[in-house]
Amino acid sequence: MPRLLATMAACAIAVISVLHAAPAPGQTASAQLLTLSCSGCHGANGRSPGQMPPLYGRSAEMIAQALREFRADQRAATVMNRIAKGYTDAEIDAVAREIATTWR
Amino acid sequence: MSTLSRRDFAKFIAAGAAAGAAIGAPSVWAQGRTRGRVVVIGGGWGGATAAKKIRQMDRAIQVTLVEPSASFVTCPFSNYVIAGWRQINQITHNYNALASRHGVTVVRDTAQAIDGAAKRVRLAGGRTLNYDKLIVAPGIDFRWGAIEGYDERASEKMPHAWKAGPQTLLLRRQLEAMADGGLVIMTVPANPFRCPPGPYERAAQIAYYLKQRKPRSKILILDAKDAFSKQGLFQDGWQSQYPGMIEWVPLSRDGAVTKVMPNELTVETQLGEKHRGAVVNVIPPQFAGRIARDSGLANASGWCPVNPATFESTQAQNVHVIGDATIAGAMPKSGFAANSQGKLAALAVVNALNARPHAAPTFVNTCYSLIAPEYGISVADVFRVTDAGIVAAPNAGGVSPRQADAAFRRSEAQYALGWYASMTQDIWGA
Ligand SMILES: Cc1cc2nc3c(=O)[nH]c(=O)nc-3n(C[C@H](O)[C@H](O)[C@H](O)COP(=O)(O)OP(=O)(O)OC[C@H]3O[C@@H](n4cnc5c(N)ncnc54)[C@H](O)[C@@H]3O)c2cc1C
Ligand code: HEC
Repeated sequence: MPRLLATMAACAIAVISVLHAAPAPGQTASAQLLTLSCSGCHGANGRSPGQMPPLYGRSAEMIAQALREFRADQRAATVMNRIAKGYTDAEIDAVAREIATTWR
Repeated sequence: MSTLSRRDFAKFIAAGAAAGAAIGAPSVWAQGRTRGRVVVIGGGWGGATAAKKIRQMDRAIQVTLVEPSASFVTCPFSNYVIAGWRQINQITHNYNALASRHGVTVVRDTAQAIDGAAKRVRLAGGRTLNYDKLIVAPGIDFRWGAIEGYDERASEKMPHAWKAGPQTLLLRRQLEAMADGGLVIMTVPANPFRCPPGPYERAAQIAYYLKQRKPRSKILILDAKDAFSKQGLFQDGWQSQYPGMIEWVPLSRDGAVTKVMPNELTVETQLGEKHRGAVVNVIPPQFAGRIARDSGLANASGWCPVNPATFESTQAQNVHVIGDATIAGAMPKSGFAANSQGKLAALAVVNALNARPHAAPTFVNTCYSLIAPEYGISVADVFRVTDAGIVAAPNAGGVSPRQADAAFRRSEAQYALGWYASMTQDIWGA
């Protein structure tokens, strides 16, 4: 019995160290979720395999500015103007930052 | 694990399993390195998305995907196979990348029963899978018999082609065999059903084929409702591309079909009017896939209520339901929506297994439809979760402009192809 307890204690330590070895939580969930809406068209990590414009490698400033222009109907669009109108300024900044820093 | 020897590790597993069984320790003990086990039922738009995203977000979570088919034929773009300008292999995807690149365990079987108390899924092949979190994404089933005479056998004469695969090819063959001047009948159910704009896109695509090969033919749409998705855009497109070819009969003009006679290729409406076609495409009324209904996840409507912030079932703990099977407020039953919900459920599960908080979600949906290969239209929405459930963000979204030139429609058609390429890569690709 004592041996089993000792083994279990070792387990507990092992389990804890495994949990701590996991990647850090990273960005806030809401920004991550926002970007997940974009990848459906722009491709996983913005690497569009087809006719959609790719987004990877773009700066946060470029993405945020484009979204603001789409939202204000100041940039030619077929669909982005309709989508951009659904987001607040804070969300536009968050999604632009998240894409620029995590889509590789 | 580097501090433990191999022998210690074996003991660790054994002790963990014993402790788990004896004192109900969290499954992470019994599983060694695993943060949790997730089982996903259904490898379609919702389920395959969720399985892959969980593995991308957290490699320490074990994911098992249960799907009876070795490959998956998408309903999106199947209307173009029916029209003859896409091949079925171009809309067929497999699970190789999910398994080899993303470490999803793909089990080719059918889930037969869910034991929510024991957190177990029994498969038709006899195996049992244990889970910490379950994601159920079985899509739709047809309400056979809801239209008198329309059962699975009748669908061999009057195809639905509303689950893609052999039925898609059957409808295509029937159109090819039809003589010029034939009448194609389509029957469309009341809401809610899979892909609200789908029947009207299909009418346009069938007309596209007939216009080239059988120009004296006509299409009669018998509809169990009085209004439909992107209606103005569709009617404009039908009129400009296929003048006089497509007639739409709404509910209020006796459009609801209540009975079919498959051997006579005849359908009968509510008021008893009979229509005989050369080809008859019956899109039957639907409900959530059987496993969801059999497991108590659906309510009296036949669809599954969920918590909109997580898509966790309101009728079972640790079970998420996504895709067409759900009641998702203003979100339509679309592949895009199922993908969006799959990502949300993945994040909700990863957050829960990591004891992290879960933020309020937003979703997007866009449905492209092609009136012709170079004539695209769309409806787009951003959705938010409010006290009233999932609602479309006001002042955003909506349909393509009614007044737009050919170049605009051509761009949208190009983007429709781009959407399909991105989305299927995102779901089934490497
Ligand atoms: C003609 C047509 C055109 C369409 N066009 C579009 C479009 O352009 N854009 C768009 O966004 N949407 C479109 N859709 C809608 C889209 O196909 C659906 O909304 C989408 O497939 C829903 O995804 P899902 O995951 O809920 O179900 P599905 O994609 O149907 O996946 C369900 C999976 O679950 C499996 N399954 C079922 N029961 C079990 C079980 N007991 N055990 C194991 N596995 C099981 C099935 O085999 C299937 O693979 C279209 C639909 C049709 C019919
Ligand atoms: C329905 C598909 C779709 C979705 C979803 C979508 N986009 Fe787009 N995006 C497009 C298309 C199409 C264009 C080209 C402009 C147009 O025609 O609207 C575009 C253009 C852009 C551009 C300009 C790119 C350039 O090179 O000029 C940016 C930036 C952008 N989108 C960001 C986003 C972000 C951020 C999201 C998620 C919140 C998003 N998009 C979601 C389809 C989509």
